[in-house]
Amino acid sequence: MGPAMAEAVQGFALPGVFTDADYQLNIEDAAQMAGFGRVLFVDASVDADAPFTFSEVRAGADIAFTSHSVSPESVLAICEDHFGRAPRAFVLAIRGYAFDFAEGITPRAQKNFEQALAFVQSLIRGWKEGKHG
Amino acid sequence: MAVSTSNQKRKVVINPVTRVEGHGKVTIQLDENGHVERTRFHIIEFRGFERFVQGRMYWEAPIIVQRLCGICPVSHHLAASKAMDVVAGVDQVSPTAEKMRRLMHYGQTYQSHALHFFHLASPDLLFGFDAPVEKRNVLAVLAEYPDVARKAVLMRQYGQEVIKATSGKKIHGTGSLPGGVNKNLGAAERDTLQARVDTMIEWAVEGLELCKTITKADLDKLVKFGSFESNFMSIVAEDGCMDLYDGKLRVIDADGEKIFDQVAPADYLDYIEEEVRPWSYMKFPFIKSLGKEKGWYRVGPLARVNACDYIDTPIAEKERQEFMALGGGRPVHATMAYHWARMIETVHAAEKMKELLADPDLQGTELRRKGERRNRGVAWIEAPRGTLFHHYEVDEQDKITLANLIVSTTNNNEAMNEAVRVIADQYLDGKEITEGLLNHIEVGIRAYDPCLSCATHALGQMRLQVRLTDARGHLIDEKLRG
Repeated sequence: MGPAMAEAVQGFALPGVFTDADYQLNIEDAAQMAGFGRVLFVDASVDADAPFTFSEVRAGADIAFTSHSVSPESVLAICEDHFGRAPRAFVLAIRGYAFDFAEGITPRAQKNFEQALAFVQSLIRGWKEGKHG
Repeated sequence: MAVSTSNQKRKVVINPVTRVEGHGKVTIQLDENGHVERTRFHIIEFRGFERFVQGRMYWEAPIIVQRLCGICPVSHHLAASKAMDVVAGVDQVSPTAEKMRRLMHYGQTYQSHALHFFHLASPDLLFGFDAPVEKRNVLAVLAEYPDVARKAVLMRQYGQEVIKATSGKKIHGTGSLPGGVNKNLGAAERDTLQARVDTMIEWAVEGLELCKTITKADLDKLVKFGSFESNFMSIVAEDGCMDLYDGKLRVIDADGEKIFDQVAPADYLDYIEEEVRPWSYMKFPFIKSLGKEKGWYRVGPLARVNACDYIDTPIAEKERQEFMALGGGRPVHATMAYHWARMIETVHAAEKMKELLADPDLQGTELRRKGERRNRGVAWIEAPRGTLFHHYEVDEQDKITLANLIVSTTNNNEAMNEAVRVIADQYLDGKEITEGLLNHIEVGIRAYDPCLSCATHALGQMRLQVRLTDARGHLIDEKLRG
């Protein structure tokens, strides 16, 4: 659902809004994120409350690293430590229900996704108007 | 490269075996006299991607197989595309298609090698094999060598941008497809990438110099560490030039003599056989004519630099010549020489990207060709970790009926087992698995840059287990990391 959200937001062609999608967060994402004012991490969740949860995330006190992935907290910490600054960041966890190898989003998850997309539109509008931090 | 130190602000939490992609188990068996008799490097997980693609339409393969691995999806994307070119009846894609694919491939090689050397291997080399666990990771490199590590991060980012520009997106790219590609490189994308490519060459050369400096400072130890003689396999161009994207298969022996050369993909089964052993999900390929015992080989950067006759980019060729002098006329066999060879290839990949970005064929408009459908397609590519084979059979309804993938880590399977055996022999002290032994085994395996997830076609849980048994198979000691 993360890539689907990135694609949908990219489709709005909003000035000043940049989207990206990857298999997993990695250390080089810090170099890019350090240049942004706000960052929204979006992914499917196996256990978030439906339709989605939204929370602020801050640079972690510890940096946990594996070669395959880095957590949002750790990416933000690397931003702070090595690229000068970290943006304000938030996590949007959209509840999913089927995680086997398949294409597309299940109908139940699609409903959650649509509500999350409406929320993101409103969130970005608010950011542009100086609301929501 | 400027080197400076700084105090770490944060506690770094890391398990060092996460720097081997996947999940491995090592068993060391002793003989009656307490000497190492046999070692086994087990692969524990299995997903079975070859079965999974059966029944899917052939043109879906280049997209589906990217899910094999999050680290090198481009290699699978391109190997499957090349195999499906054959199925689609296209023996030669257009110049634009070939060069777009090559650019994608060099971008992938560049970022993958940078990830491996700076993020995974350099902590061992910079801090020593016996450095504390919390120090042997890229974040410690960031803290103590910030300039080196920061450039490494930006090198990887550049490679990812090349992939995005050539495949359409960073994940599940659709750039390459049977018969060609679906996009060319726009002038704006070209200009953006061209603006930084000289810097990428410069930083790759700095990385290579760093690798050489560290290696030469401890040459005796590093040359002996986990080393053994073997055959080497690589694809090469018709004239013997290094070619990471396409070519015919060459295998040389420990003295550098050719065992075979210029073997076409379609004929691979006449030369290569895969053995299944009950204790590992990863198969053991070998050269048929030499048999199981003597027919195993190594692939990857060391094999490619040893097997090719020359490299067609100036800096990398000069570096190849210096590297080959280590062997004194024979191939270089040191396990740790993989890192040096990998950095030569990083420079080569950057030089090739510069060459390609200046080529107007990338803005050409002939993207895809068509031909008469065939039922079998075999292709290979030199993935960052070594030769990658994709073989498919397709029925009249365009459905895949058979897939056989020999991935780079599988090609290095016996070699990694041998490396573990030699290291256990060198560093096993008594009947106890020490931290030192664990560290050294890990360093030896890592030189091969294995992707265990990929080799077993599974998603790894990232841990390493080492078991020590006596001559009767009874457990003497066991250590688990992860």
